[in-house]
Amino acid sequence: MNKTLAQKKAMWAWAFISVPLLYFVLVRFYPTLDAFSISLTDWNIVGEKRFVGLDNFIALFSDPVFWIVLGNTFEYILLGVPVSLLLSFIIAYYLDQIRFGHGFLRACYFIPFLTTAAAMAWVWRWFYQPVPIGMINLALGQMGIVQMEFLRSTTQALPAVLAPAIWAGLGFQIVIFIAGLRAIPGTYYEAARVDGAGAWQILSEITLPQLRPTIIFLVVISSIGFLRIFDQVYNMTQEGEGGPLNATRPLVLHIYKAAFDDFEMGMAAAQTVVLFVILSVITLIQLRALKNDKD
Amino acid sequence: MIKIKKPVSPKKIIIWTLLFIGAVLMMTPIIFMFSASFKYNDQIYDLTLISSEPTLSNYIYLLGNTEFLLWFINSAIVAIITTLSVLFFDSMVGYALAKFDFRGRKIVFFLILSTLMIPTEMLVIPWYILARDLGLLNSYIGLIFPGLMTGFGVFLMKQFFESVPDDYLDAARVDGVSEFRIYTDVALPLVVPALSALAIFTFLGNWTAFLWPLIVTSEAGLYTVPVGLASFSGEFTSEWEMIMTGAAVATIPTLIVFLALQRYIIRGVILGGLKG
Repeated sequence: MNKTLAQKKAMWAWAFISVPLLYFVLVRFYPTLDAFSISLTDWNIVGEKRFVGLDNFIALFSDPVFWIVLGNTFEYILLGVPVSLLLSFIIAYYLDQIRFGHGFLRACYFIPFLTTAAAMAWVWRWFYQPVPIGMINLALGQMGIVQMEFLRSTTQALPAVLAPAIWAGLGFQIVIFIAGLRAIPGTYYEAARVDGAGAWQILSEITLPQLRPTIIFLVVISSIGFLRIFDQVYNMTQEGEGGPLNATRPLVLHIYKAAFDDFEMGMAAAQTVVLFVILSVITLIQLRALKNDKD
Repeated sequence: MIKIKKPVSPKKIIIWTLLFIGAVLMMTPIIFMFSASFKYNDQIYDLTLISSEPTLSNYIYLLGNTEFLLWFINSAIVAIITTLSVLFFDSMVGYALAKFDFRGRKIVFFLILSTLMIPTEMLVIPWYILARDLGLLNSYIGLIFPGLMTGFGVFLMKQFFESVPDDYLDAARVDGVSEFRIYTDVALPLVVPALSALAIFTFLGNWTAFLWPLIVTSEAGLYTVPVGLASFSGEFTSEWEMIMTGAAVATIPTLIVFLALQRYIIRGVILGGLKG
């Protein structure tokens, strides 16, 4: 039993990681490979799996509903990311300059981030109801403004479902932006002021370029967040269908319906592969953008 | 009460007022949710915040006549067990990867890190099949097993353990302390900030989790609060005061966690853009 210190340490290391490693293999890696393999089969979960090659993918991309779903998903991202980042930057920019009541104001903006999305979705759903139930239409009515359809309209429903998702994410983005703003060295601003730069010039030539890594991080995180939107749509639309007429149905809800309502496991798994590909592309773009910064 | 040292510019006052209005707007859904939960059915259609005769009857009905209390307990069990497991295993793996030099370390780290690239949504179908084959549908183990360890937690803990000086650990080794005790008694106390952040966000993440509990449970007795609320609200569609009471019950623990641990939470968010 004459072990060197290095051998002893290696033994301990494996004692520490062997159970977790087994877990990661069984509960992460094996299921990932399984998802890919199911995507190549026709399977109704009880019968036999039948290998069909890429048929599921061909069927998906020739299904007009799937294109609507993809379109919705990108609409959530392309609407949600700029709106939420713009709002959170403006709030963070000014909140950072405020001392009086700073902690209280920050808490108000941040609390929605911690709430249960499924629960708050029902609050927003209530707000969107027609009179005499919904708060927003009630308020609009008292001001003499025309009533809104919100969740019943094929054009207004998607933004209406997106709103609570943006609302819930703002606090996170604000906190990250403030941290980014505070990391910019004060000397940069002083130098700019000595040079006689105006507020707008300082913002566009110092603040925003210095925030580039923060902005890239937030664009990626929020893109992935909106890409995976589910809780709000499931809880805010009639029977969790993503209606009216699929107007709000995102990719994850489509996956859920295919797998657990229709038990078309092959089709559902194929859609998760599509989700995985979109996610990988977003991550690759992020890595590329950050790499360019270093060069 | 407040001493103003230098005159406050009108611009500052306008900015502050706008930020304050924004803050009130942000809190509006939460305020109205609580407001409605203390109202009778015929009072929720007006915009008054505090009813002339506030009532606890919704809460009493919800806890006494529905399965909400059970769902609350289920949620608490799932969130607490998951959090304990994540703290235990993620920190152990993070420590081993940061402080032990052994063959295969880089591969193990890369493997665990690569799990961050895989979205939960991709795993739920295989997990469901696994749970079905093992008879774990509608069980606590079925609810809990996907979250017992996280790649993110391992990554976070590894980074923090790397900042622990090796000298501390070696000093303990010279004293003949066992490796396990060095880990628990010397290294762990030095990374408490990271542990607390990981604990808070694992707990909140599991408390608010929706997709997996929705998939793995079909018996009402095993629902967690968000899933229970969704099914409950589907039945009580016109009784918004009851739905708001349910939503409030789902939200109260998150508010308590925030009020008690605000500082750690904000710091934790900055640490690594946690949650989700």
